[in-house]
Amino acid sequence: MLEVAAIDVYYGTSHILQGVSLAVRAGEVIVLLGRNGAGKTTTFRAVMGLTPARRGDIRFENKAITHLPPHAIVRAGLGLAPSGRRLFGNLTVAENLALAELPGGPWTRGRVLALFPKLAEIAPRRAAFLSGGEQQMLKIARALLAQPRLLLLDEPTEGLAPVVVRELGGWLRGMREEGLSILMAEQNARFALALADRGYVMEKGRILREGTTSELLTASELATHLALGPRQRPAENA
Amino acid sequence: MNFASAAIEILSALTTAANLFVIAAGLSLVFGALRIINLAHGSFYMIGALLMASLFALGRPGVLFWPALLLAPLLTAGFGAVLERLLFRRIYRAEHLVQLLLSYALSLILADLALRLWGADSRTVPPPAALAGRLSVGGAGFPLYDLFVIALALAVGLGLWALLHRTRFGWEIRAAVEDPEGLSLCGRNVPALFTAVFALGAFLAALGGAAVAPLQAIGPGMDSSILVSAFIVTVIGGLGSIAGAALGAAVIGFVQAMGTLWLPTWAPAFIFLAMILVLVIRPSGLMGAPARAWSEEE
Repeated sequence: MLEVAAIDVYYGTSHILQGVSLAVRAGEVIVLLGRNGAGKTTTFRAVMGLTPARRGDIRFENKAITHLPPHAIVRAGLGLAPSGRRLFGNLTVAENLALAELPGGPWTRGRVLALFPKLAEIAPRRAAFLSGGEQQMLKIARALLAQPRLLLLDEPTEGLAPVVVRELGGWLRGMREEGLSILMAEQNARFALALADRGYVMEKGRILREGTTSELLTASELATHLALGPRQRPAENA
Repeated sequence: MNFASAAIEILSALTTAANLFVIAAGLSLVFGALRIINLAHGSFYMIGALLMASLFALGRPGVLFWPALLLAPLLTAGFGAVLERLLFRRIYRAEHLVQLLLSYALSLILADLALRLWGADSRTVPPPAALAGRLSVGGAGFPLYDLFVIALALAVGLGLWALLHRTRFGWEIRAAVEDPEGLSLCGRNVPALFTAVFALGAFLAALGGAAVAPLQAIGPGMDSSILVSAFIVTVIGGLGSIAGAALGAAVIGFVQAMGTLWLPTWAPAFIFLAMILVLVIRPSGLMGAPARAWSEEE
C-alpha cells in the first residue's frame, strides 16, 4: 500500500533522514518507535509532501507520490493527524470538521460523529479551548473526514491522561475494523505494540530494526532506547 | 467655525477613514494569510483609480460610472493574481527584507508603467448624477457621494465578516492564517488559496481607488501617499486583523477630524502621533494577530 524506499530528507543543509525505508500493507497497523529527534515526524512530513524527500521514492497504491504537493497526497488517500496542538484554534470544532470533509469516501460527518459523539456536544466551541483528549479526537476526526485509506498518526498518546489513552486504543481498534490501515509514530511503546501488527525502530534518522510486535517486545535494544510503558514523557517531539 | 462647517469637516474626515479602511483591509488580509508585507498595495489602489477613469471615459458622460466601479477592481484583482503567480509566491518563505525589496521594486516599476500608459496629467471622474447633490441636515449640506463612500466601506466590512465567518472560502482563509500546512493536510490547495487571497487584497485596494475617483484628482503619486496611510491604519489596528483595520481607520478618522477642527496645520502630525502612542502601549497594534505558532523547523 505504502512503500518508502531509501529516502533522504533535509531541513536546509542538515541531513535528517538517511536512507529510510518502510512499508505498510493494506489492513495493517504499523508502529514507528523511537525517541525524540529519531526522525519519526520527519518521515511523516516526507510521506505527506510537507518536507519532500531529496532522494528516494515514496509510492502509495503503486503511484509515485514523492513530489506531489500535500493536498494532492491527501486526495490520493493518505491522511495525517499531526502531533501537538495543530488545530485551527480560532475556528470552532464545527468549522474545523467542515473544512476537513472531502466528498467521495466512507467517512461522512455523521459517521465520524458517531465514532466521537463528544465532538457533536462541543461543536460550537473554539478548538483552542479543548482539553488534550478532545483535541486528539478532533485531530483524528479531521484526518478521517479527508477519506484516507492509510492514516498516519503522529504521537497520538502525547499529553493524554492514562484513561484517555485507553479510550484512544478503543477508537483505533474501531477504525481498524472499518478497514483503515494505520501507521503510527509513538514513544509509548507498550501502548503502540499492543495495537500493531509490525513495527520499526528509528534512531538518528535511520531504521534501526524491523520486526513483528513480539520480536520487538523482546528485543534488547528496546529496553535501552525506549521508555517501555506509560511513563512521564517530555511534551515536545521532533 | 460654526456647527455646520464643523459637521461637514467631520464627515469629510470620516469619508477618508472609510475609504482607508477598504484599502487597509486588503493589506491586512494579505498579510494575515500570506505573511508578506506588500509595498505594492498602493499601486493596486492607483491602478484601480486609473482604470476607473479610463473605463468611465469610454462611454457618454456618466453612463459607465457603476460598471467602471465594479470592473476596475475586478481587472486589478486579475492583475494581482498574475503577479502573485509570477513573483510573490516565490518569496513567502523569504525574510522580510527580501519581501520589502521585491514589493518596493514592483511599486516603482508599476508607477513608471502607469506614467507611460496614462501620462502625467491628472484626471477627474464626476460622481453619478444621483449622488452629485447634498443632503441638508440642520443647515449643513452633506455631499451625498461622501455618504456613499461611507456606506460602501460599511458594506465591505460586513461583506468581509460574512465571507470570513459564513463561507467555506472564509474558513479556509482563517485556517490558512493560523496554519497553512494544516490546511493542506485537509486536502485544500493552499497555493491556489493564496492566489485568491492576494487577488482579493488587490480588489479591495482598487475598489478604494475607484471609489475615491470623484473625490480627488486621479494621477501619478497617489500610490505612495495612500500606502503610508494604509500602513499607519494597519499598524494601529494590528497587522492581519480586519476588525483592527476598521478600528485603525476609525482612530485615524477621529484624530484627523479633531485635528482639522482645532489645529489644521498640525493635523497630519497627529496621525503619526496616534500611531506612536498605540505602538508604545500595544506594540502589536490594537487587535494584532499573534505570530504563527508553528514553522517547518520545529
